[in-house]
Amino acid sequence: MINMKNVHKAFGPKKVLRGLTLEVPKGTSMVIIGGSGTGKSVALKCVLGLIAPDSGEILVDGKPADSGDRDAFLARFGMLFQGGALFDSLTVWQNVAFRLLRGSLKRPAEEARAIAIEKLRRVGLTPDVADLFPAELSGGMQKRVGLARAIAAEPEIIFFDEPTTGLDPIMAGVINELIREIVVEMGATAMTITHDMSSVRAIADNVAMLHDGVIQWTGPVAQLDNSGDPYLDQFIHGRAEGPIEAVR
Amino acid sequence: MNPLALLARLGRAVLSALAAVGRIAIFAFGAFAHILRPPYYPRELFNALLNVGWLSLPVVGMTAIFTGGALALQIYSGGARFNAEAVVPQIVAIGMVRELGPVLVGLMIAARVTSSIAAEIATMKVTEQIDALVTLSTHPMKYLVAPRVLAALITVPLLVGIGDIIGIAGGYAVAVQNLGFNAAAYLQNTVDFLELRDVVSSLAKGAVFGVIAALMGCYYGMHSGRGAQGVGRATKSSVEAAAVLILAANFVLTGVFFSI
Ligand SMILES: Nc1ncnc2c1ncn2[C@@H]1O[C@H](COP(=O)(O)OP(=O)(O)OP(=O)(O)O)[C@@H](O)[C@H]1O
Ligand SMILES: [Mg+2]
Repeated sequence: MINMKNVHKAFGPKKVLRGLTLEVPKGTSMVIIGGSGTGKSVALKCVLGLIAPDSGEILVDGKPADSGDRDAFLARFGMLFQGGALFDSLTVWQNVAFRLLRGSLKRPAEEARAIAIEKLRRVGLTPDVADLFPAELSGGMQKRVGLARAIAAEPEIIFFDEPTTGLDPIMAGVINELIREIVVEMGATAMTITHDMSSVRAIADNVAMLHDGVIQWTGPVAQLDNSGDPYLDQFIHGRAEGPIEAVR
Repeated sequence: MNPLALLARLGRAVLSALAAVGRIAIFAFGAFAHILRPPYYPRELFNALLNVGWLSLPVVGMTAIFTGGALALQIYSGGARFNAEAVVPQIVAIGMVRELGPVLVGLMIAARVTSSIAAEIATMKVTEQIDALVTLSTHPMKYLVAPRVLAALITVPLLVGIGDIIGIAGGYAVAVQNLGFNAAAYLQNTVDFLELRDVVSSLAKGAVFGVIAALMGCYYGMHSGRGAQGVGRATKSSVEAAAVLILAANFVLTGVFFSI
């Protein structure tokens, strides 16, 4: 269970989060939508402690995220970064198996490699990419390697920052299904950022829309179409006219 | 300008410089703490040893041999003005071992190693690879910084030692080939003249300069701004800082070793 209470974060004069409050129950899938640059990625990074919020409280299973053993805390998480963030000095399989090759989850190299190849298969990549370097892959392939790395150690809590951006529609469908499987079968808690409305409907139990630094609307995915919220309606239908200003 | 405003400005500049020194000092302590405490990453250390040490050999050798040769020519022609041509072996030895060997190797390491460390780590920062490391329960100070600093601490003194020898060899070659020195006498003079203290100071300088070079690369890389511009700026600042600190440290260390 993740609880964000009244979180504020500014970069210099730029106020990005202005009192974000959000609750993600254990074992559910939350999808965050919202305009580009509204602070969705920043919100996820605040939970992981990669960015320190200026004020507010973030609780994971009732405990403050910044207290206690940081390694144990992070070992419960997997994260797919928006840009993939693959280590370009390591091969694809070493990236995927990064956690399995060192630290508390360390296991023999052959075993780690086998797990990496299995995870690559789950994101639609063949074993022959395992020994390539990230720079030798296409953008969409890099994204999927990032996804494989995020799920490799079977974390309890997984964050996906735009998992289907840059993928073809079929591959996007495969990834949506994968995320759903991870939540349903492994009982993981997931937070996904996406701009792809078909992804939202495929992945989400609940949806939250971030606008102006706060959660403008949140509710179960079934209520997405009859929320009565003009901001949300404008967003999901992609209309240029509405309460959200589209600067041109 | 009003003198108070000027004073305020000066004060601000001094304060921010002191703050930077403080941040770098804290960073350095952190790096050494991580070198000592497990977990260790032997593969990263091996790669760093290769990059900092082994692959720097050609450029260090080139720098040293030309400098040693030029030094011999200069001392010979300069010494001729007061009939002191014979001191070439002694002055080449002193000049290379005490001063030019460590300083030039240090500066070459700043050019070659500091810049590449800073650019690599800054790119990792800009592309969120540092964030990714953290989320994968790996401390960037331990995984990226500690192996590079340790590798520089180990290999740069060795590079300086090798540079000293090659520099002296360069002077020897020029003196024997072009200036008519007797080969055996040249070597004998060199060996007789050098003291243990000269050699120790040379290697100690190498260790300090190596640590400075690696630390500056890591520090500016880890604190890089965003985007390609951030990487460029981090690289530039790291080399500037490393070069200036190496020269300043050289002055201080020379004082420590030879003023007593
Ligand atoms: N480290 C940082 N330093 C300064 N500003 C930052 C930093 N990280 C994010 N920002 C700013 O915070 C704002 C929100 O960024 P964020 O990446 O969270 O947007 P986003 O909602 O994920 O957008 P997108 O959908 O385009 O990915 C942006 O305006 C960005 O410029
Ligand atoms: Mg984002």
